[in-house]
Amino acid sequence: MFDFFFQLHPVIQGTAKGLAVILVIFPFAGACSLAERKVSAWMQGRPGPNRAIVPWIAWVPFLGKFLQRLGVFHLMADGAKFLFKEEPLPGHVNKLYFVLAPVVAMMPAFTTVAVVPFGAYFDPAGRLIPLALANVDVGLLAVFAVSSLGVYSLILAGWASNSKYPFLGGVRASAQLISYELSMTLSVLPVFLWINAPGQPGTMSLVKAVEFQSGAGLHWSGVWFGFLMPLSALIFLVSLYAETNRHPFDMAESESDLVGGFHTEYGAFKWSLFFVAEYSHMIIGSGVFTLLFLGGWNPLPGLPLATVAGWLGLAGTPLLVALLSLAVFLGKIVFLLFLFMWVRWTVPRFRYDQVMKLGWQKLLPLSIANLVFYALGIAFLERG
Amino acid sequence: MAVIPLVRPTLTLLERTYLPQIASGLKTTLKHIFSPNVTLEYPEQRPAIPPGYRGVPTLVMDPNGREKCVSCQLCEFVCPPKAIRITPGEIPADAPTGHVEKAPQAFDIDMLRCIYCGLCQEVCPEEAIFLQNQYSMSGYTRAEMVNHKDRLYELGGTLPDSHHKWDKKLAAEKSGPAH
Repeated sequence: MFDFFFQLHPVIQGTAKGLAVILVIFPFAGACSLAERKVSAWMQGRPGPNRAIVPWIAWVPFLGKFLQRLGVFHLMADGAKFLFKEEPLPGHVNKLYFVLAPVVAMMPAFTTVAVVPFGAYFDPAGRLIPLALANVDVGLLAVFAVSSLGVYSLILAGWASNSKYPFLGGVRASAQLISYELSMTLSVLPVFLWINAPGQPGTMSLVKAVEFQSGAGLHWSGVWFGFLMPLSALIFLVSLYAETNRHPFDMAESESDLVGGFHTEYGAFKWSLFFVAEYSHMIIGSGVFTLLFLGGWNPLPGLPLATVAGWLGLAGTPLLVALLSLAVFLGKIVFLLFLFMWVRWTVPRFRYDQVMKLGWQKLLPLSIANLVFYALGIAFLERG
Repeated sequence: MAVIPLVRPTLTLLERTYLPQIASGLKTTLKHIFSPNVTLEYPEQRPAIPPGYRGVPTLVMDPNGREKCVSCQLCEFVCPPKAIRITPGEIPADAPTGHVEKAPQAFDIDMLRCIYCGLCQEVCPEEAIFLQNQYSMSGYTRAEMVNHKDRLYELGGTLPDSHHKWDKKLAAEKSGPAH
């Protein structure tokens, strides 16, 4: 079965893998929107969506009722609604760019998936083979380069809508993204200073970052970077919230002052594309955070994938090891996504000047100081 | 002019990062995830109606099944939004309750006008109109939102009565000359 797949033309292989990942990410992002509704309901003492049910599932005694209460069928109902409802196209918009904007929103979200490794297995020789569409050496750089293209869709949407609130939303989104991009990039540099040694070929690979957190036992190589560099992790996380336009940095669409922000004029499927793109960004961002600071697919600090696979006797079956790594990685992503929602209902939205102040006057100097501190510290360690 | 010197608390460095505050906030929201829901799932679960609730105005019968309204039209007169419209009618003298003499021929309450003030209940000398527990009125047309007499009695039902005013009056008439 696998031989047949590996004999295919690389382009066909790549397309198949890409489609598979998109087919996973798209419903995953949809499920996130449902999870968002459920989690916010629970936090507010409500049951949340709990009515939709498919008749023939309602006949299953306990499971049907349970799934109905969990609201999983609202996901299908929402999707079907967005697919079949009327597509409004306001008369005053610039039609080409108005339609283009949601597509542009989706592209960077799905492109970044290609370079994010989401699992790993060991080949018979014991080498780590990452599961990734493209295990490129520029790894993180590609993620940063492509994901920041996402802001173009917001600007495009705000501009093409030809009305005030979307325009303001687009302007805010771009200003915010530029402000936090800097501290985000600076905050991950200590990680790559740590990974790269002088005199060796440099790398920005995310797989390499995970390998450096894969030491076994009570040894500093098993400690995740999140514990070694807590300030880096914190700055990265805060910037990630700002980059994905999530609460408390919900400036681009803040409904209390901008109606809906950049997507005020959008409806139906075009609007849901923005929504899916936002959640895809969150998923990718959580994935990158996991890889850099939370040990990637290693279950616990000091307890790497190889050790756990050895305990479970999976060493000879790469497929099961890959599934195990995927489960661990997805588990961490799900926790981070929950954290996104958790923070959303805890921290109130910042004012716009507070967002700018935090970005330029607090996080940027802090990330530079952090970089200098770790650069000096690593230089000192290397010498000694 | 009195000046209140305002002492702003000086925050420690840790407090100025807001991180401990955010952490305690996260703890609070997490607690709420596991606490029971505070909402009712409406159509299945209904709220408990407190005593003295002023719902939809209804007409009631006495325990003998006699309609209590005598169409005096006081409620029609007092109704601030003029939601009540009564057409008075007579009870035939040979009917069992003939001595009551009058009953409404038609009694309409326009629920699109009604403001649920309860003045009709307040003013009624016969204790015939009550604002009871019914709180949900809906209809597809304006005509549907007008409660006619039969609907008003259907909503109102029978309420206990301790006076039996008209029975006493009948007994007094039969026992001898009044006054």
